Amino acid sequence: MSTTAPITPAARTLPREHYLNSSYGVRSWLLTTDHKRIGLLYLASITLFFFLGGAFAVMIRIHLLTPQGYLVSPQTYNKLFTMHGIVMIFFFLIPSIPAVLGNFLIPLMIGAKDLAFPRINLLSWYVYNLGALFTLYTIVNGGVDTGWTFYTPFSSMYSNSAVVPAALGIFITGFSSILTGLNFIVTIHTMRAPGLTWFRLPIFVWSHYATSIIMILGTPVIAITLLLVGLERIFHLGFFSPSLGGDPLLFQHLFWFYSHPAVYIMVLPAMGVVSELIPTFARKALFGYRFVAAASLAIAVFGFLVWSHHMFVTGMSVYAALAFSLLSYLVAIPSAIKVFNWTATLYKGSISYQTPMLYALGFIGLFVIGGMTGLFLAALGVDVHVHDTYFVVAHFHYIMVGGAVMGYLGGLHYWWPKISGRMYPETLAKISAIILFVGFNLTFFPQFILGYLGMPRRYHTYPPEFQVLNVMSTAGASVLAVGYLLPMIYLIWSARYGRAAGRNPWPSTGLEWQTDSPPPTENFDKTPVVTWDPYDFHHRPDLDLESAAELPPALPAVRPVGHD
Amino acid sequence: MAVHRTGNLVGHFHDMEQQNEASSLGMWVFLITEVMFFGGIFLTYTINRSMYPFAFAEASRELDVTLGAINTAVLILSSLTMALAVRAAQVGKRKHLIIFLIATIALGSAFLGVKTIEYIDKFHHHLIPGNNFHFPTTPQMAALDPNLNAHAQLFFSLYFAMTGLHALHMIIGIGVMLFLLKEAVRGRYTETYHAPVEVSGLYWHFVDIVWIYLFPLLYLIDRHQ
Repeated sequence: MSTTAPITPAARTLPREHYLNSSYGVRSWLLTTDHKRIGLLYLASITLFFFLGGAFAVMIRIHLLTPQGYLVSPQTYNKLFTMHGIVMIFFFLIPSIPAVLGNFLIPLMIGAKDLAFPRINLLSWYVYNLGALFTLYTIVNGGVDTGWTFYTPFSSMYSNSAVVPAALGIFITGFSSILTGLNFIVTIHTMRAPGLTWFRLPIFVWSHYATSIIMILGTPVIAITLLLVGLERIFHLGFFSPSLGGDPLLFQHLFWFYSHPAVYIMVLPAMGVVSELIPTFARKALFGYRFVAAASLAIAVFGFLVWSHHMFVTGMSVYAALAFSLLSYLVAIPSAIKVFNWTATLYKGSISYQTPMLYALGFIGLFVIGGMTGLFLAALGVDVHVHDTYFVVAHFHYIMVGGAVMGYLGGLHYWWPKISGRMYPETLAKISAIILFVGFNLTFFPQFILGYLGMPRRYHTYPPEFQVLNVMSTAGASVLAVGYLLPMIYLIWSARYGRAAGRNPWPSTGLEWQTDSPPPTENFDKTPVVTWDPYDFHHRPDLDLESAAELPPALPAVRPVGHD
Repeated sequence: MAVHRTGNLVGHFHDMEQQNEASSLGMWVFLITEVMFFGGIFLTYTINRSMYPFAFAEASRELDVTLGAINTAVLILSSLTMALAVRAAQVGKRKHLIIFLIATIALGSAFLGVKTIEYIDKFHHHLIPGNNFHFPTTPQMAALDPNLNAHAQLFFSLYFAMTGLHALHMIIGIGVMLFLLKEAVRGRYTETYHAPVEVSGLYWHFVDIVWIYLFPLLYLIDRHQ
């Protein structure tokens, strides 16, 4: 396993054979059942869709430079924000961390050779791409103008845009999400290495377990809902349309029953990533490990009980609204448990500000802002005031971009040495992390103010007094774009030209760091046996964590036991 | 990790026990997703039923309860033959396994045949939702629900959506059974390796259970009032 002789960074080389060079050719990738290669296939697909969704966002922000709208017609504007939402949510955020990092890391973290169902794993990638093809078809076919929420009866009866192919694309892609969740649940239950009990699992695995539960329970509901919308639109079966006897609010209930928990599909894996980064770069065991693990499950459970807070202004019963408001507040408890435990882990830690840590710290700050403004919105009175304004837009972008995307990029940097076997350029990466953080806040903080002042979302024009804040937001989006383009460029560059990373460059305690970087196809030479708790930096002589030679220069040595 | 087989053991598992546990848990988790999938449409049905109880009761009387009951019996019988097929696989009786799989396929197909007769009957009576939908309405009925035609059409929309989804699951199930039959004829399943038969059995029973709920919901509630 771990080398006992100290290795100097210069002596590090890539292993002779690993999962990337074990076989060559297009077939060896398109027919692979290796979870690591499938993770990379997903990485390619979702990166494409991330930049596609980003292109829509760029056009939206350019359009909103001037009060009367700068770039496109009102109809096109409707389609832009709809396609931005559909692409980013269903084709980037939901698969992002689970399908790329989860796929790659869960078998490594639990000491398994692969996920329980490798062929189903590959199938899920093909299903994702089939759904993605329908979405691309929708885009070239003129797009959809319903908003990503597909509210009936507009979507099912009146919209003249390509609703059916768009809904079909999401319907199909949903099954890739279901298959991924199913695979993770079965894998975590049945494939753990000897000695790896539930409370020895890294929080990353716990988070993905909780995420998978949501994927399993929620995704089928959006599937049947979109199926009913499609049936209503094609055959005029009137499930949701009042003119046919149906109930449009029923659609909203069914839609949000999935789409609220879907937010936790996006952010729980990011919380898992952050829970790995903080202990590594603070050189301390995660504070309150069991609480953080349980909080993941609590978020998954509470997440299913709050959907109607998206519908406070629909005229629902005031008692129901009270209950949903209270339950929405309750989600803050497990979320806060996580934030406090991360902060407590930092306390008296030997903190080093490597790039992944910058993302992790950025995540905590932005997630707190996004979460606290979520509490504003869960309050019935405030929600009526800011409903459907840019306040809501800013709130969920703080969670989804400030939270989920920060976590995704932090994780991508942290595990990039494991994935590619090579280090990314640290200084450039730090600079882009800071650019991203600044750009993000410049883009979305003004939107809180705009929303509070009353600028409605989804409008293609706005009163002239809102221009300054809109220009700030657009300027921020430009900075943000640089922050996204840089990592894409240098990560690809470093996969070829970066210096070899070695097994455990940070160094950290997880099982994934005990095997080669990049790992061999079967992950471990022999199945590891686990006899230790997670994040135990002090009692792991097998890893030689205290050997200074193993540490990159920027990382201070571990504190001696008893010092804190 | 490429899928290497050692006998019936796929390479990334340690032993058959782990592999069987994984396939069984995988199917149970999949069935949970199915419950949620059907749950959405059952909710839609329940809410509309509670909003238009009169129209739904009237519309349900247009369904043929005899055919529905026959189909229920056929499906329960197919669950029995499926359970016997699983048992035959577990004790390694290949001939019995083949006979019970054929019986299950035959009963499943009989169900779909009866369902087709019912659908054709609805077509002849103008009960397919759409422009030609026409619900036979008496003045007394119109007095109780002036919008009876629309609400009855909603019932039939749900009827076709729910039974159609169920029938689709039956068709997939029969496809799975045909695959098992092919493998059973080849002597693929033994006392030590029969997990595919077991998990397919779970799926088949689940599809039956959906019908056990559909039958009373669509055919029986408020029939005699």
